[in-house]
Amino acid sequence: MRPWGESARTELWLLVREPTTVVFALALPAVFVLVLGSVFGDTPDQGGDVFRGVGGATYYTPAYIALAAASVGLIILPTHLAGYRERGVLRRVRGAGIPVGAVLFGQVTVATVLSLLGGALVVATAIPTIGPDTADDVLGVVVTAVVGALAFALVGLALGAALPTARAAQGAGILVWFVVFMVGGAGPPEAVLPDAMATVGDWTPLRPLVTALQDVWFGPGWNLRLLGVLGAVGLAGAAVAGWRLSRD
Amino acid sequence: MRAAGTPDVVVHGLRKSYGTVRAVADVSFEVERGEVLGILGPNGSGKTTTVECLQGLRRPDGGDLTVLGLDPRTQVRQLRRLIGSQLQDSALPDRLRVVEAVRLFASVGEGRADVDALLADWGLAAKRSAAFGTLSGGQRQRLFIALALVNRPRLVFLDEMTTGLDPEARREAWRLIARLRELGTTVVLVTHFLDEAERLCDRLVVVRDGAVVAAGTPAELVAAHGGGVTATFTADLDDAELGALPGVTSVGRRGRAYEVRGDAAALLHLGHLLVGRGTVPTDLRVHQPTLEDAYLALVGAERR
Repeated sequence: MRPWGESARTELWLLVREPTTVVFALALPAVFVLVLGSVFGDTPDQGGDVFRGVGGATYYTPAYIALAAASVGLIILPTHLAGYRERGVLRRVRGAGIPVGAVLFGQVTVATVLSLLGGALVVATAIPTIGPDTADDVLGVVVTAVVGALAFALVGLALGAALPTARAAQGAGILVWFVVFMVGGAGPPEAVLPDAMATVGDWTPLRPLVTALQDVWFGPGWNLRLLGVLGAVGLAGAAVAGWRLSRD
Repeated sequence: MRAAGTPDVVVHGLRKSYGTVRAVADVSFEVERGEVLGILGPNGSGKTTTVECLQGLRRPDGGDLTVLGLDPRTQVRQLRRLIGSQLQDSALPDRLRVVEAVRLFASVGEGRADVDALLADWGLAAKRSAAFGTLSGGQRQRLFIALALVNRPRLVFLDEMTTGLDPEARREAWRLIARLRELGTTVVLVTHFLDEAERLCDRLVVVRDGAVVAAGTPAELVAAHGGGVTATFTADLDDAELGALPGVTSVGRRGRAYEVRGDAAALLHLGHLLVGRGTVPTDLRVHQPTLEDAYLALVGAERR
């Protein structure tokens, strides 16, 4: 088991040393929640036609926990993994007898932890400043966040395995991240999006995570259907990554 | 288990294609224990594919391969614990620190590697906490070799380890390979630097278009394919007399200027003839064949 533990430790340090990690996983979601929470306040949306019946701060806090996971899965992990493939790091690692699976396991583990850390930072920033309602079901939030972080990490693995260079992965990742951010639930609420954009948003992996997190934070509770969707997204990502990396 | 005296590497009839491109058509050779074997050949001749197949990094289309008594196709896990590898065109993450790289690569070995001793051994103790991206070319090569050796392998593959290095760093890399030889490690060295091959390798395998075209010690290759000794001088002599000297293979003349080709014996007989005639040409020049001559004769014919 030593290579697995050592890989995870190495990947942790490498990802933490990446400036994009600090910006996209940790700083941006926390800054966004602070800005949007300050703009919209937390007065409950009585009609429920914009913020699902709660105030903006309460609506956006779980949404930005989800955004941290999307940032790691769409930008940070793909850039990191594509860079490894581009520079022959995986070949060198494989040649040394270190299982590539150990490196990928390390990356997924670290990405999941980073996403959760980014989400925790969102909560730690939001509660003392913009005053959202506290979560109805803390365990539900934690479990949903873990499932979502893992699903996005596996999507990141697939992107990193498919895109040829770190630059391509970063460029494509930021573009996709921005679209997902705008229509997937972390930008304008779904209720105010034009139908076409809302439909596009429905097909992004961010929407199920935002909705599932909001459901346990202030809504009806555990959304097992959306957790299942996230599980399926993660499995699909793992399958694509496994298929693509086996051809390298 | 391996029988005593069995070569560390046995390759017979190796074949490998990428789609419609045939990278290796027919490669066969053996590497004895403790030997430094060089694989020489132009770019695209199949050198790297061959060593990657031997390390189980690529699956060959055909042929028999045995490395340290194991089959790289089916026993790759066991094999990788016994070999070290310096791969062409592969790097490490820029932000990975030297000590972290050594720890990571040591994690697949049995027992705990003495990281500090290894770093001191390869002149990297002062760079212990330096990021890979800040290392010089020579330091990177030393690190790669240290990583290849961290688990004390019995066989090391070094693929174009000095490409891109300045002359001083290349000399340093050569010293490192000489140390490997002293340690009794078997080395397979892929290179296209002839001086490196001649200086470091016990035997050479020359590959062209995916097939072995010659094999032997550097001296054997020079003798067999170098084209012999060439002597040029100005004198008044008889062409037929020169041509009759033992070992002479050809005589060329332009006016009084001669060019005589032959083997080492021919040179001695030519000297004897000249001295006997009381002729000592002041412009006598002798060109000994080099490994480069042999190499170009073997691989260069269709490329010039």
